[in-house]
Amino acid sequence: MDVIMKHKSENEEPILKIKDLKVYFDTDDGVVKSVDGVDLQIMKGKTLGLVGESGCGKSVSCLAIPGLVPSPPGRIAGGEIIYKGRNLLDLPEKEMEVIRGNDISMIFQEPMTSLNPLFTIGDQIKETIMLHQKKGKAEAHELTLQMLGKVGIPSPAVRINDYPHQMSGGMKQRVMIAMALSCTPEILIADEPTTALDVTIQAQILDLMQSLQDEFGMSILLVTHDLGVVANIATDVAIMYASRIVEYGKVEDIFGNPRHPYTLGLFTSIPVIGKRKENLYVIPGSVPNPLAFPAGCKFWPRCLFAQEICKVNEPLLEEVKEGHKAACHFKTSIDKYVWNEKTETSSFLI
Amino acid sequence: MLSFTIRSFFQKLVTLFFISIISFLVVYLAPGKPSQIDPLNPKFTPQDLVRFQKEFNLDKPLHIQYYLYYKNLFTGQLKSWKDNQPVMGKVYERFLNSLWLFIVGTVITWCLSFPIGISAAIRRGSVFDRSTTFLSYVLISVPGFFFAYILIIFVVKTFDVPVIGMQTFGMSNAENIYQIMDRVWHLVLPSILGALGGIALLSRYVRAQMLEVIHQDYIRTARAKGLSTDMVYYKHGFRNALLPFVTMFGLILPGVIGGSVITESIFAWPGMGRMGYEAILARDYPIILTLNFIVAVLVLIGTFISDLLYMVVDPRIRL
Repeated sequence: MDVIMKHKSENEEPILKIKDLKVYFDTDDGVVKSVDGVDLQIMKGKTLGLVGESGCGKSVSCLAIPGLVPSPPGRIAGGEIIYKGRNLLDLPEKEMEVIRGNDISMIFQEPMTSLNPLFTIGDQIKETIMLHQKKGKAEAHELTLQMLGKVGIPSPAVRINDYPHQMSGGMKQRVMIAMALSCTPEILIADEPTTALDVTIQAQILDLMQSLQDEFGMSILLVTHDLGVVANIATDVAIMYASRIVEYGKVEDIFGNPRHPYTLGLFTSIPVIGKRKENLYVIPGSVPNPLAFPAGCKFWPRCLFAQEICKVNEPLLEEVKEGHKAACHFKTSIDKYVWNEKTETSSFLI
Repeated sequence: MLSFTIRSFFQKLVTLFFISIISFLVVYLAPGKPSQIDPLNPKFTPQDLVRFQKEFNLDKPLHIQYYLYYKNLFTGQLKSWKDNQPVMGKVYERFLNSLWLFIVGTVITWCLSFPIGISAAIRRGSVFDRSTTFLSYVLISVPGFFFAYILIIFVVKTFDVPVIGMQTFGMSNAENIYQIMDRVWHLVLPSILGALGGIALLSRYVRAQMLEVIHQDYIRTARAKGLSTDMVYYKHGFRNALLPFVTMFGLILPGVIGGSVITESIFAWPGMGRMGYEAILARDYPIILTLNFIVAVLVLIGTFISDLLYMVVDPRIRL
């Protein structure tokens, strides 16, 4: 928790604002609304954790920021992404190329396949530096060695000539981080950077990201489905469900006083060390088909508190208290005490 | 690297030995005999038959025949049964003729297939993609000889130039420049025709390969770095898409013999493919076997070149 305290003292200023973002995919079966009205803010120098289950639209939201949604079939159906006073969605491709990798860079889930197998890692990092910083070969080489050292690659002078297949998954993710940070971006988007790695390596990579954040002062958008990771390094948290943000707030608000039944469900599904339980809670039902979302609140078929109004009206993301928003009709009445009472008596426990 | 070269050289020698046995047997196991060419020919007496068989070692056991045949091949004494000319001399002359057709055809094929395939993949679903797809299937499904005749009629009527054969009869006394132009005109149609089918097929492969590559994660990484679309496709995509074609490139080498039988026949081109085809009809075993042997050698050399090229383009492969 000391990390959270450290960042708290800094002033709050969003560096990137996503407003009502809509990303649709045209498929043969119909329009898949992967992201449907997402509002997010990334604060300067802070880490926003974006949490949700597979297919909820979190990766697509990330890809939309640097304009990397594969198109076709994907298309931006609406919204704004404001960075430094400009709407990134309106920028021509040429100007986006200047921003990508320089102001906003990304690391991906699969370090194994995210590096080009035919070029040395050194060449791949140098390419970014030479592209954005207009530096010569020798300078880029020097900077690459420094970056490799910073991300903890042993004997960078030797490893700079390695091909991706000569490195382990953790090493490759370090290389990806070195590449992403080589131009000191303002925002680092990390799309499940640790999902494909061993647990011990996961911790190392997250530590690395955090220490580099302290050094470079960039903002991080961390996408994950691991709440433990979020608790460790995020300062703000957004919970995403079925193409929308359902709860948003400071990490202490979300972890200390969650107000959406989905968030509550997620927390209850985590096994707690030291607490023996017969059965682990699971959220009933499964993720709705994005081609046929339920009417009203998209979570109602799986919600323990669903009422008639939930089936008709979709709740808006509104403030519970300052800086803490939830999209639930009963956000003020449902909290973890109500939740515990309900789940302990509920037949949903399996 | 050196050990790979030596090892693979000896492996290929062994392979070649077995190929020589099998191709020898295949030819001899085929029904009919060379001495039975025309039994109804009144000039062909039984005495001639015996003499014929003796002359060409056909009365000896098969393994002796095999030995004598390859001994003659390597000492250059092998002669065609049809006209008693040295096989190597005939093959060499024909080889030079085919080589031109092969080189020009291959260069056209490879130089056009890649731009077409890559553009179609990058602009998938566009008018260009759909029209090249349509044209490819037309070219693949309509037989080459059909286009050949249409092209011949069109070119002869429109440009009034000779297209059949390798050169115009009686041109040998003309000035060099006219002779060269004449040769070039004769080369254009057969090589274009030979290339058409290849372009149709190869550009499809290139398109499929490129489509697969541009959906890879490292392409997304390259875009996320801020590289321009062209850099992403041509630097990061193309080299990866090229890998399978390196294998293919080595294997087109034998095409110098078998690749253009139909084209050579239509255009009366005195090449190796046509010679092989005629030798089969005439049961001229020395020619058939020699061509077989050369194809085998070319295949083995081709695979060796592929292996070496693969190592050059793919760092994951170390021999």
